[in-house]
Amino acid sequence: MKKTDFKKMKETTKNQLITYAMVVIVYIIAQIMTATGSLSSLMQGLLVPLCIYSIVAIGLNLCVGYLGELSLGHAGFMCVGAFSSAFFTRCMENSALPEGLRFFFAIVIGILAAALFGFLIGIPVLRLRGDYLAIVTLAFGEIIKNVVNVLYIGRDAEGFHFSMKDTLSLNMAEDGDIIINGAKGITGTPHQSTFTIGVILILISLFVVFNLVNSRSGRAIMAIRDNRIAAESVGINITKFKLMAFTISAAIAGAGGVLYAHNLATLTALPDNFGYNMSIMLLVFVVLGGMGSFRGSIISAVLLTMLPELLRGLSDYRMLIYAIVLIAMMLFNWAPKAIEWREQHSLKDFIKAKRTKGVQ
Amino acid sequence: MTFLAHLINGISLGSIYAIIALGYTMVYGIAKMLNFAHGDVIMIGCYVVFTTMSGMNLHPLLSVVLSVVVCTVLGIVIEKVAYKPLRKASPLAVLITAIGVSYLLQNLALLIFGAASKSFSSIVTLPPLKLAGGKLPISSVTIVTVIACLVIMAGLMIFIKKTKAGQAMLAVSEDKEAAQLMGVNVNGTISLTFAIGSGLAAIAGVLLCSAYPTLTPYTGSMPGIKAFTAAVFGGIGSIPGAFIGGILLGIIEILGRAYISSQLSDAIVFAVLILVLLIKPTGILGKPIHEKV
Repeated sequence: MKKTDFKKMKETTKNQLITYAMVVIVYIIAQIMTATGSLSSLMQGLLVPLCIYSIVAIGLNLCVGYLGELSLGHAGFMCVGAFSSAFFTRCMENSALPEGLRFFFAIVIGILAAALFGFLIGIPVLRLRGDYLAIVTLAFGEIIKNVVNVLYIGRDAEGFHFSMKDTLSLNMAEDGDIIINGAKGITGTPHQSTFTIGVILILISLFVVFNLVNSRSGRAIMAIRDNRIAAESVGINITKFKLMAFTISAAIAGAGGVLYAHNLATLTALPDNFGYNMSIMLLVFVVLGGMGSFRGSIISAVLLTMLPELLRGLSDYRMLIYAIVLIAMMLFNWAPKAIEWREQHSLKDFIKAKRTKGVQ
Repeated sequence: MTFLAHLINGISLGSIYAIIALGYTMVYGIAKMLNFAHGDVIMIGCYVVFTTMSGMNLHPLLSVVLSVVVCTVLGIVIEKVAYKPLRKASPLAVLITAIGVSYLLQNLALLIFGAASKSFSSIVTLPPLKLAGGKLPISSVTIVTVIACLVIMAGLMIFIKKTKAGQAMLAVSEDKEAAQLMGVNVNGTISLTFAIGSGLAAIAGVLLCSAYPTLTPYTGSMPGIKAFTAAVFGGIGSIPGAFIGGILLGIIEILGRAYISSQLSDAIVFAVLILVLLIKPTGILGKPIHEKV
């Protein structure tokens, strides 16, 4: 028994190390290419978005791949992280804090705010199952986006003013500064997201999720995914572990949101960046990368973000191709007939056997 | 008087939601899956009517019939290609596939018809009915919508109660294996359900675009999600439930838009969905679900 345990441990550690190494190597290559000037400005502009989508995909994969619950609201958590951190940065604009430390606090605040929302939304949502859960996360995501679009917060000498109608009803003094301007969002956030910070955040996210899924809690989470009733009957606290995974997943999405907010001069909540379409896009990353594989999430997020930029001519067909690939992947991976066919024709039977052992 | 006008608008919108919700509720009742692509079938139906009516100058009624046929075929094809192979797979896989189909239809429409919104000319061109001495005009589209909804609802109830195919649907939704043993053609029944649901989606789409005449590849997705909300609200799997849920949701949305905030009307609808699911997860007319170990 002990021997197999040791072997298994080694396998997962190896797997983790490969993932870390992959991220670091890509980082170094990108840095060298930037330094030697062989990276086009278009690609340089893509470096931070690549980090953003990788991070959020890692977070969503924890929710979909390990918790087994389909969240269509992760763009909402990104939105929370983005707006709370950008709000903080704008408030602290003239403070004495050094810029680096300010950004650090902005990241922490964005993550905490997203985690808080994940926790609060998770309490009611995780009581539901399957399709209902998916649609309610979608509903929460849309609500967050809608509410942000009617949020007005300003500051003057008297302190903060808050309204959900328009800038006039803020009743601000003339020298007041409107920080969140409804549908116009937050303007003037400094461009602080860098590729280095993005990669550090990817590594931290990976560290968190790897340690989580290989811990006692992680095994409990997977037990709930594989058989909720059986897990409950052996004494696993379903609510606690579900909430834990969901909150961490939301927090990681929030970190992606912080990077997003500090990569743009103007932050607005549009359907394209924080709406349901974005959530689906993130889901495509996770499904194509392989549910439960964090490395896969990063690879697919990077490839799918880069491809359309590289293949400009194909950009019209890109979404169509995504959709077809998504359906084909699902049919190939999940249809009982396809599974049967693969089992008959597969040379990698032993990998599958190992994986089922690992779940137990 | 304005309240009454809002109420009538709400009922009209609610009737559209009710027709769409029927498609969701029937498919959910029988295939136990959320057909995410339903909203996009609506959009395809709208485009068919738009192209045949504006492009080929077909008679409105003829183009509506054509649209119903196209959507019915589309519904059957989607079921056969994307959902049938996954019938025994995990619900998560089916849901993601359905999202993929929805994405596919949207992007197909985007490629064929372009992202620019088309202005849809109403198929109903009768003058509005003026009540209370002209103070309360009711547009003809509203009247047609409400009547269509009532006719469809009654027709469907009779179909399910009185015909063999309808009874087969009930049997399949109750227990697939048992129905098969009793000689019901399960695959055929599921196809029929998708066909009816998608055909209704075409009608709902035409009514929707007649009332709100902008047509884009994303026209269907929001009403689709809201109609699903309506189906859940009324109790998913129940046909009268879809009707009640749809009408109530339409009224809530229009009144919320008029009296609370126009920007938050979507948020209000979704808040209703969340509240319903948390307080009474089976909806107004839904049956409680017992879980087997």
